[in-house]
Amino acid sequence: MSGLLELTVAEAAGRIAAGEIAAGEYFDAWRAAAAGDELNAYLWRAEDGVEGTGGPLAGIPVAVKDIFCTEGVPTTAGSRILAGYAPPYTSTAVRRLGEAGARVLGKTNMDEFAMGSSSENSAFGPVLNPWDRGRVPGGSSGGSAAAVGGGLAPCAIGTDTGGSIRQPASLCGIVGLKPTYGAISRYGMIAFASSLDQCGALTRDVTDAALLLAALQGRDPCDSTSVGIEGGVEAPSREDLKGLRFAVPGELARDAIDSGVRAVFEATLETIERLGGAITEAPLPHAEHGISAYYVIAPAEASSNLARYDGVRYGMRAEGAGDLTEMYEKTRAEGFGAEVKRRIMLGTYVLSSGYYDAYYGRAQRVRTKIASDFAAAFAEFDFVVTPTSPSVAFGLGEKTDDPLAMYMSDFFTVPMSLAGLPAISIPAGLAEPDGGGPRLPVGFQIVAPAFAEQRLLEAAFALEREIGFDAKPGEGAGG
Amino acid sequence: MIDREQVLHVARLARLRLDEAEVEKMAGELSGILEHVDRIGELDLDGVEPTSHVVELENVLRPDRPRPSWPRDVVLEPAPDPADGAFRAPSPQADSQ
Amino acid sequence: MAELEAVIGLEIHVQLSTRTKMFCGCELSFGDQPNVHTCPVCLAHPGVLPAPNEEAIRYALQIAVALECEVAPRSIFHRKNYFYPDNPKAYQISQYDIPLATGGRLDDIRIHRVHLEEDAAKMIHVGESGRIHGSGASLVDFNRGGTPLVEIVTEPDLRSAAEASEWARLLRTTVRQLGVSDVNMEEGSLRCDANVSVRPAGSEELGVKTELKNMNSFRFLERGIEAELARQQELIGAGAAVVQETLHFDPRGVTLTSLRSKEEAHDYRYFPEPDLVPLAPTEQMLHEARGSLPELPAARIERYREEMGLPPEAAAQLAADPEAAVYFERAAGAAAGVEPRVVANWVTGELAAALRQEGGEAGATGSKVEPEALAALVVMVQEKRISHGSGKTVLAALVAEGGEPGAIVEREGLAQISDSGELEAIVATAVDANPEAAAQIRAGNGRAIGAIVGAVMRETKGRADGAEVNRLIRDRLGV
Repeated sequence: MSGLLELTVAEAAGRIAAGEIAAGEYFDAWRAAAAGDELNAYLWRAEDGVEGTGGPLAGIPVAVKDIFCTEGVPTTAGSRILAGYAPPYTSTAVRRLGEAGARVLGKTNMDEFAMGSSSENSAFGPVLNPWDRGRVPGGSSGGSAAAVGGGLAPCAIGTDTGGSIRQPASLCGIVGLKPTYGAISRYGMIAFASSLDQCGALTRDVTDAALLLAALQGRDPCDSTSVGIEGGVEAPSREDLKGLRFAVPGELARDAIDSGVRAVFEATLETIERLGGAITEAPLPHAEHGISAYYVIAPAEASSNLARYDGVRYGMRAEGAGDLTEMYEKTRAEGFGAEVKRRIMLGTYVLSSGYYDAYYGRAQRVRTKIASDFAAAFAEFDFVVTPTSPSVAFGLGEKTDDPLAMYMSDFFTVPMSLAGLPAISIPAGLAEPDGGGPRLPVGFQIVAPAFAEQRLLEAAFALEREIGFDAKPGEGAGG
Repeated sequence: MIDREQVLHVARLARLRLDEAEVEKMAGELSGILEHVDRIGELDLDGVEPTSHVVELENVLRPDRPRPSWPRDVVLEPAPDPADGAFRAPSPQADSQ
Repeated sequence: MAELEAVIGLEIHVQLSTRTKMFCGCELSFGDQPNVHTCPVCLAHPGVLPAPNEEAIRYALQIAVALECEVAPRSIFHRKNYFYPDNPKAYQISQYDIPLATGGRLDDIRIHRVHLEEDAAKMIHVGESGRIHGSGASLVDFNRGGTPLVEIVTEPDLRSAAEASEWARLLRTTVRQLGVSDVNMEEGSLRCDANVSVRPAGSEELGVKTELKNMNSFRFLERGIEAELARQQELIGAGAAVVQETLHFDPRGVTLTSLRSKEEAHDYRYFPEPDLVPLAPTEQMLHEARGSLPELPAARIERYREEMGLPPEAAAQLAADPEAAVYFERAAGAAAGVEPRVVANWVTGELAAALRQEGGEAGATGSKVEPEALAALVVMVQEKRISHGSGKTVLAALVAEGGEPGAIVEREGLAQISDSGELEAIVATAVDANPEAAAQIRAGNGRAIGAIVGAVMRETKGRADGAEVNRLIRDRLGV
C-alpha cells in the first residue's frame, strides 16, 4: 500500500490508465492515509470508495479546500455561520475535476472565509504544519497544503486571493500554483474578494500542478469573469532556462526577509543562472504598496460578499433575537470569528460615505499602478521572481495578536493577485527560522504575464528539476 | 484615529453586534491598519484610472433560456425557520431597507 | 406670500417580460406558489455568481432608445449594499454612476436616466395586524427576486399631480408598445414613485423633496401627489419646514405614513460589482434596438400630419391607437390614387359609424372589413363608379358580412349610371313631373333644385352622380 502513496499524481494516473493499478485501490489507499490526519487538515473525509471512473485523472483523490461548494457535502469555509450547511449544488472546479475522473478525498480546513495567512482563523481549530506541529502551515489554504505536505493527500485545490495558495505551499514544502485571474471558474467557490479570488492547485511537483490546471481551467458560462487558457495546458518538459530573462524586483527584495529565506532565494537565483537564465534587478516601484491596496480592496469586497450570511435562508441563526436587526446582529456576531469581523468592519468603513475616495478609490488606482509596473517589467523580462514568503513557517499564536504583522506575510504574493497574474511557488530549500530551530521549507515564487501559464510551468519544471528538493517532513533537519 | 463612535456606526452598518471589549480592541486594530494603508495617500495618483477588474471582457451575456428551478423542499431544507413554503424572518419593526 | 409651484419628478420601475430572471435561468412567474421559481443563484447561496440575461439588456436598450436617451458606450454594474430579508445577497446589483443611458425625453418631460437592476423578493408580513408596523414576522417568497427591472428617472419637470399621472400613462403606452413589459400597475410590473416638492412660483431653486411610494394605480399616483402637495403647502403656509423623508401611500384613507425612522441615514456603500464585466452596447446591439422600435405615438402624429396631410384631429386619433394606425396605413397604401386624408376620413368617420351601428365592440382591425376592401370602396367612390350614398350601403354590407366591395356593388346593382342618354331621359321626366320647382329655378331660386335631384335619385336608387344630375337639370332648364 505505502508504495502507492509515493507516486506523484501523474505517475499514478499513468499506471491507472495502463491498468497496473485499480483506481479504487489507489483511492482507498489515500482514504486510509487521510484517516490518519493529526494535523486537523480535514473537516470532512470521503466515506465511500470509487468505482467506474475514467478520464485523465481517473481515481485520483483530491483534497478540496472547504470553500468549494460540493452538493450534499458539508461546506463551511471554516466558519461557524455555515456549520452544518450542505450546498444544493457543486462548484465548477470540483465538477471539472470529477469530469476528468478525479474524486473528492476530503474537504480541508482553512482560515475562515479564506481570511488569514496561518489557518489559525478556522472555527474548527487551527491546522498544524506537517514539518513542525508547533508551527502554522500558512493560510488560508493551510489544510490543503498540510494535507499534501503531510502525506494525507496526493494533491489538493485551494484558493488564492492574496497568496493563500502560494504562501502555505511555501511553508509546507510543496508546489502552489495560482493561475491568472479568469483561468478557472469561480462559480461555487465561496467568495472572499471577488476581483482577486482564484482557484489553484497544491501539489507535490510542477507536473502535477499542470495536470490539475489542465482539468480545472476553462471558460464557464456561470462565471462572467472566466476566460480559460487558450490552447489549454500540457505537462511541462523544459530542461533549461536558456535565453530566459528573470527580473528581481529590488523594492521587494529590500524589505524584511529572514536571513535563511534570503540565502535560499539567492542560491536559487544562482541555479537559474546555471540553467542559462539571466537575472536582472528591475523596478516594480508600486509593489511595496500592494499590502495597503489589498487591505482596502479585499475587505471592501468581503464586507459585501459576507453580508448574505444573515440567518434567513441557510446557515446558523442566533437564538432569542427579537426583531430583525437584532437577529442579524446577533447571528453575525456569533457566527463570524474575530478576523472576519475585523475585515468586515474595515471593508465597511472604507466603502462608507465620505471615505470611499480616500480609501477604495485610491486603492484601485494603486492597483492600476502595480499592474502597469508588471506590464513594464514583462516588456523586458519573461518572469519576475521573489521569495514566496518573507519567513519560514512561524509559531502557532505568534502573530494572532498583531493583525498587521500577519498581513505582512503576504507581502510578496499580494501584488501579483492585484495584477491578476499567474504565479507559482516551488520548494527551493530549507532554512532555519530567524529565532533558530529545525530547518523548514522555503518557497521560490515565479510570476509570468497573464495567461502565460504554460511558459510559467515550463520554467518552474526546469528549475524544480535542477533544485531537486526531496526533503520530507520529519527529515527536515537532515534535508 | 478611528474612535468608538465610528466603530459603533460601522458595526451598525455591517450588522455586527460588538461587545464593549470588542469595540475598544477594534478601534485600536482598525486604526493601526489604516495608518499603514494611509501611506498610499502620499502617492501621486492624479489621472490614474481605477482598476476594479483585471479581465478585459465586455458584454458577457446569457441567452434568455429557462432551466428548471430547484425543488422547493430542497431550497427550504437549510432554512433556519421555514414556514408555509417560505423563509420566515423576524419583523423589521421600525427598521427598513 | 408668493404662490407655490409643484415640482414633481417620477421614478418608474418597469419589470421586463423576459422569460428568465436577470441573473439566473429561473422562469419569471406571477401568482405561483411561493418559492417554486428559485435556485442557489437567486437565493444567494455561498459561491454563486450572476450571469446577466441578454434579452433584458436588449429590452432595456429598446426603452432607452424609445425615450431618446443617449446610451453609454460602456456602463457598469454596482452593488447597492443594504440588509433586508427581500434582498438575499444583502446587495442589489444595480447601476450607479454610469447607467445604461441618460438624458432623454418623452413628450415635454426630460428623462434623467435609464438603468438596469434586479427586483427584490416579496415579503408578506404576518402577525398581529397585517400592517407593516407592529407585525410579528415576515414570510419571504423569492419567486419575484431577481426579476429584471428597468428604472426610469425623470427630471423634476412635472408641475401638477394630473400632469404626472397623464405623463405616466403616456410612458406606459410607450413601453407597452415596445412589448418589453406587461406594464401592469396592479400586478406591480409598473411601479411609480414620486419625488415631490414645492417652491415659490418662478423660483429656480428646488425645495426639500419627499419620496412617495406604494401608489399602485394612476389614480392613486395622482391622489398621493395631491395629498402630499397639500401637506407641504400647509406646512410652508404655517411657517414650518418640509423634512426629507420617504412616505408610504395608503389608498384606503388617502394617507401618507413616514416609512423610515430617522435612526440612521442610508449608506449603501456602492462599489463596482466585481462579478460582472462592463456592458458596452455594440453598434449591432444599438442598431437592433432602433430597428425593433415601433413608431411611437408622437412621431406618428407628426408623420401623419406632415407627410400624409391629415388634419390634426384625425392624425391624433389614428396615431394614439397602434392597431388603428396599422389599419389606416394598410388601407391608405392600398387606395391607389386617393389622398390619405380621404382614407382617414373614411376610417374615422363612415367606418367608425358603421361599426357603431353594428354594435360591435371590435375596432376596425377586429371587424370583417379588410383594410384593402375599404381601400377598394374608397377608390370606387372617388372615381365616381358608385355614389357616396351607395358607398355607405356597401360599407354596411362589408361590416355585416365582409368580402369584396366590387362583388357587393354588382350584386346590389349599385354601379353608377354612366350612360348619359339614360340619365338625361330620367332627368327630363323628373323636370316635367315637378313644374313648380322648375319654375322657381328658372326664377333664380337655386335651392329649389333639391326636389328634382331627389326625384332623380329615387328613380336611380342613388346610382347617379349628384353633380352630373345637377348639371343636366340646369342644362335642361337653360339656367
